[in-house]
Amino acid sequence: MTSDALQRERVHVSRLTRALENEKLLAVALLAPAVIILVLFIAYPFVMAIWLSLTNLRVGGVGEFVGLDNFIKAWHDTIFRTVFWNTFFYTFWATVFKLALGMWLALLLNRHFRMKRIIRASMLLPFIIPTVLSTFAWRWMFDPTFSVVNWVLYHIGFITVRLPFLSDGDWAMWCAILVNTWRGVPFFAITLLAGLQTISPDLHEAAALDGANAWQRFWHVTWPLLMPVTLVVVVFSVIQTFSDFQLIYVLTGGGPANSTHLVATYAYQLGVGTGLLGEGAAISLFMFPVLIAVV
Amino acid sequence: MAEVVLKSVNKMYGNVQAVKDVDLHVRDKEFMVFVGPSGCGKTTTLRMIAGLEEITSGDIYIGERLVNELPPMDRDIAMVFQNYALYPHKSVYDNMAFGLRMRKFPKPEIEKRVKDAADILDIEMLLHRKPRQLSGGQRQRVALGRAIVRHPQLFLFDEPLSNLDAKLRVQMRVELKRLHERLETTAVYVTHDQVEAMTLGDRVVVMKDGLVQQVGEPLELYNQPKNKFVAGFIGSPAMNFVEISIAAESGGLWANNAAFQIKVPPAKLEALRPKVGKQVTLGIRPEALQIANGSTPVESSFQASVEVIEPLGSEILLNVRCGTNDMVARVDPSIRVKLHENIRLALDPARLQFFDSDCELAL
Ligand SMILES: Nc1ncnc2c1ncn2[C@@H]1O[C@H](COP(=O)(O)OP(=O)(O)OP(=O)(O)O)[C@@H](O)[C@H]1O
Ligand SMILES: [Mg+2]
Repeated sequence: MTSDALQRERVHVSRLTRALENEKLLAVALLAPAVIILVLFIAYPFVMAIWLSLTNLRVGGVGEFVGLDNFIKAWHDTIFRTVFWNTFFYTFWATVFKLALGMWLALLLNRHFRMKRIIRASMLLPFIIPTVLSTFAWRWMFDPTFSVVNWVLYHIGFITVRLPFLSDGDWAMWCAILVNTWRGVPFFAITLLAGLQTISPDLHEAAALDGANAWQRFWHVTWPLLMPVTLVVVVFSVIQTFSDFQLIYVLTGGGPANSTHLVATYAYQLGVGTGLLGEGAAISLFMFPVLIAVV
Repeated sequence: MAEVVLKSVNKMYGNVQAVKDVDLHVRDKEFMVFVGPSGCGKTTTLRMIAGLEEITSGDIYIGERLVNELPPMDRDIAMVFQNYALYPHKSVYDNMAFGLRMRKFPKPEIEKRVKDAADILDIEMLLHRKPRQLSGGQRQRVALGRAIVRHPQLFLFDEPLSNLDAKLRVQMRVELKRLHERLETTAVYVTHDQVEAMTLGDRVVVMKDGLVQQVGEPLELYNQPKNKFVAGFIGSPAMNFVEISIAAESGGLWANNAAFQIKVPPAKLEALRPKVGKQVTLGIRPEALQIANGSTPVESSFQASVEVIEPLGSEILLNVRCGTNDMVARVDPSIRVKLHENIRLALDPARLQFFDSDCELAL
């Protein structure tokens, strides 16, 4: 290499270094990949969904722009109204149970006891098993003919008639809520436990000396101090539960008679099952304002 | 108003014995201070009195009532924690009112008591603030306020001043003392700062390794320590210790070591006679060492070289070396000495203390 080339090389390198030293430029360079990925995988499907919802596209057909027709149709669809109500019902009760049970577990696990670590870890089990898998197991337990629960209850003489777990509309809804709760409790418990551990034990001792009993200590000290964490988990869980799909799809498929259909499963059924892509998209978009409101 | 009695109280954490056979009688209206090095069991003892820690064995009485099985809230005590333990989400007013509300006091009474306490502690203008909007000293006052509104029969303090800066600490110390005189409530106070212990305590308990070393009034601990540990722990700068041997010569007893020879004062003759020919530890308070003048008898003075001079204004601390022994002398600020100068130091014979070299008990 001639000294001239070396010189040029050096100038080149230093120009690149200087460019990297510039904070604004560096920020853009570092953020660009993430932004591109976000746009590709989040914004694109979202925009597509909006576009689809404004057309009467069917599988295999060519869509035409129909404006808000799909939304208006959905709004007047009685099944959709049931589904919308189901979704609220499901989300509300599942969240209430998850919060109550999760809090209770977190309070228990926050004490000192033997094999604390093993128990804390094993509690996460429902959380790490894939939903589809565990829901299948539950479906089996609730099966009209082979239900273990029915069998046990029957043989200890608790019931004389089989319980209609998934064959009755109300029962099926509560079963779905139960399974969702079972699956979601560990997340609540672990997160709340982490929150509990940031509360200084001195505060509990001070409250105990101040004459507060266990319930009053919870209500006046733990609950208000845990509120920020609780809010985050609840919001998180509401979002997930509101748009729940896998669990219902596997457990009941939305039945019997649409009694457990949620917005997501109904949208899927219409869009993919029936092929009315435009209407399905419109229905799934109904979730959006609700979720925005929650956040 | 209550006295507190501990009868051979023990505390085990697994295999660790944190508190060993503590017997103690805190008198009614007394301000009792626990002092000792870190990990000696002061906090544990205090927490057992509060009921926050179970007693492994022994009995605790508060106001003649056996409280071993009594939950904290029924012991009628108030505690001030080291980190204040104020409820962060409650206002100062609500922090102070909480204990009264839990005990179902009528609203006007709560208001009156909180206002009174706020008045005493000079925090009326802070009542609607949240703890995080307060300075350390203000939080400390609120924590005190929360304790005094309840009019408990016993106050417990766990190093309440240790998070404050030096100046504020001195100020709060005085206020605490004044508060105690005004409220006339029995108080047990834990600290590792011996100056705090000496200034606050009506009596002081010195602890080490879970054992009570000595209980006594501050000056009693200073002038008649029961053992070498208490002698060394109380007082700043600490007592000087010198290993010596006792010899009987020319009708008297002498404390000898390689660098000096000092006559044992008459008051100590009786105690030291059995130690003739043996090693003992001589304890000398820094103020018992002065620069010798012409009239100092040779038998109570020795030669030393000046290693470090600390002029503190109201006094001068001289770090001196005598043979292999390092000592500190607290001398008059008007005295002029030079570094590395050889000087003659006089001992005050009446203030010498002797300790058994093995069991470290005072002789
Ligand atoms: N929860 C616990 N589990 C096990 N050991 C403990 C526990 N609490 C205290 N100890 C031990 O008991 C001994 C006494 O502790 P304590 O807290 O009473 O000391 P302290 O005198 O208050 O010290 P400090 O001045 O550092 O606060 C220590 O050796 C400590 O390690
Ligand atoms: Mg302590």
